[in-house]
Amino acid sequence: MNYNWNWRIFWAPSPDGLGTYMDTLWSGLMWTLATALTAWVMALILGAIIGTIRTMPNRWVERIANVYVELFRNIPLLVQMFLWYFVMPELVPESLGNWLKSMPNASFITAVIALGFFTSSRVAIQVSAGIHSLPRGQKLAGTALGLTLPQTYRYILLPMAFRIVMPPLTSEFLNIIKNSSVALTIGLMELTARARSMQEFSFQVFEAFTAATLIYIVVNIIVVNLMRLLEKKIAIPGFITSGSASAGGH
Amino acid sequence: MDKFDFNVIERTWVYLFKTGMSFTLELTGLAMVGGILIGTVLAMMRLSSIKSISLVATSYVNLIRSMPLVLVIFWFYFLVPYIGAWIIGANQPISVGAFSSSLITFILFEAAYYCEIMRAGIQSISRGQVSAGNALGMNYWQTMGNIVLPQAFRNMIPVLLTQTIVLFQDVSLVYVLSITDFVGAASKIAQRDGRLIEMYLFVAVVYFIMCFGLSLLVKKLQQRVAIIR
Repeated sequence: MNYNWNWRIFWAPSPDGLGTYMDTLWSGLMWTLATALTAWVMALILGAIIGTIRTMPNRWVERIANVYVELFRNIPLLVQMFLWYFVMPELVPESLGNWLKSMPNASFITAVIALGFFTSSRVAIQVSAGIHSLPRGQKLAGTALGLTLPQTYRYILLPMAFRIVMPPLTSEFLNIIKNSSVALTIGLMELTARARSMQEFSFQVFEAFTAATLIYIVVNIIVVNLMRLLEKKIAIPGFITSGSASAGGH
Repeated sequence: MDKFDFNVIERTWVYLFKTGMSFTLELTGLAMVGGILIGTVLAMMRLSSIKSISLVATSYVNLIRSMPLVLVIFWFYFLVPYIGAWIIGANQPISVGAFSSSLITFILFEAAYYCEIMRAGIQSISRGQVSAGNALGMNYWQTMGNIVLPQAFRNMIPVLLTQTIVLFQDVSLVYVLSITDFVGAASKIAQRDGRLIEMYLFVAVVYFIMCFGLSLLVKKLQQRVAIIR
């Protein structure tokens, strides 16, 4: 193989004005984390609500929640990003659409919205699986004590379910970090996009991608260990289940 | 309304399906077969009692699973020409077609995910069955091939198919290499005719119908293949 390795490239100045190529990748990492974290907050909130609704006894409410989940699960993330980025501003009233298009950081906001909705459907599946995994007697006991249905959910079912679904939620969190790289198609300069631009400017393909890969691995390891600590803290004795809803995917 | 022109779909759907969707489906099918085969081998390696073999498979699976697919696509796009040159001993990186490059990418990427599914499948077969096979005088390959894998595979068919639906959606990401898959074909027309709204909505509807239909089939199948114990 005649490939010119040059690992010192990371200290060379990059043409994007951020300093060295190392700074380029660092700024990419920051955008990746910012996107993933903001979208994760949105996905958790929406997912918890929709996931809870899916277990409600009311047929119609449950059906609407299921439509939501299927809608965001069965369209590729890339297409969803395009819909939010290219299509949505055209479908709303013109002044609002123009405002949306001229927003600074439009690709960041779009990426957060797309990732948030996409992941929320997956979080919802895990949350309802967690509620379903509780013994049926808990709900019956709650209502037998005279609690209303909302109270049973609030004081008995949800506190249990959220602690049970922590392990599958960890892998969803890892997924959202990885999936944020899809946002490079709408122009978000996150880590993968930065590695790609570094490759285009410097022609050092494999150094750029190796660096990006290592960063992703390190982020992965940090998240896994932090979540493991958290899981240990909040695990319910006797309720540690490794089995989660097999939603597939990554 | 003159803002929308859904005729564009009528004019181009033959191209979209003939060029785009056939590429997507072909890639999905071949990557599924290749991915399940290599994934099964990886799963057997991960469960091997020989430490070094299981370490190799575990590292590979964990490495791939911690990387975003987009980055893996870029990696292989640039790496495959060099590996090809190394294999046939050429001096220059060889040129590899878009299809073969993305096929290799998806087989090797999805193999890591299929591996985890097959591993769960193999582990779901009770140890007693392996012992029984050994007691009958079967060696490792005979026990695996005749007893464990057929059952593991059958137990895991629904999950494998669900993963394949995800793979089908993931294929859309070859867009980053400007390959004409279904999304790529649609976006080319969208940009040529200035009809982004109509095209992307159409793409979303087609994907939704196909993926939702497939997931309903998987659900049906799940009830059918379940082994009654």
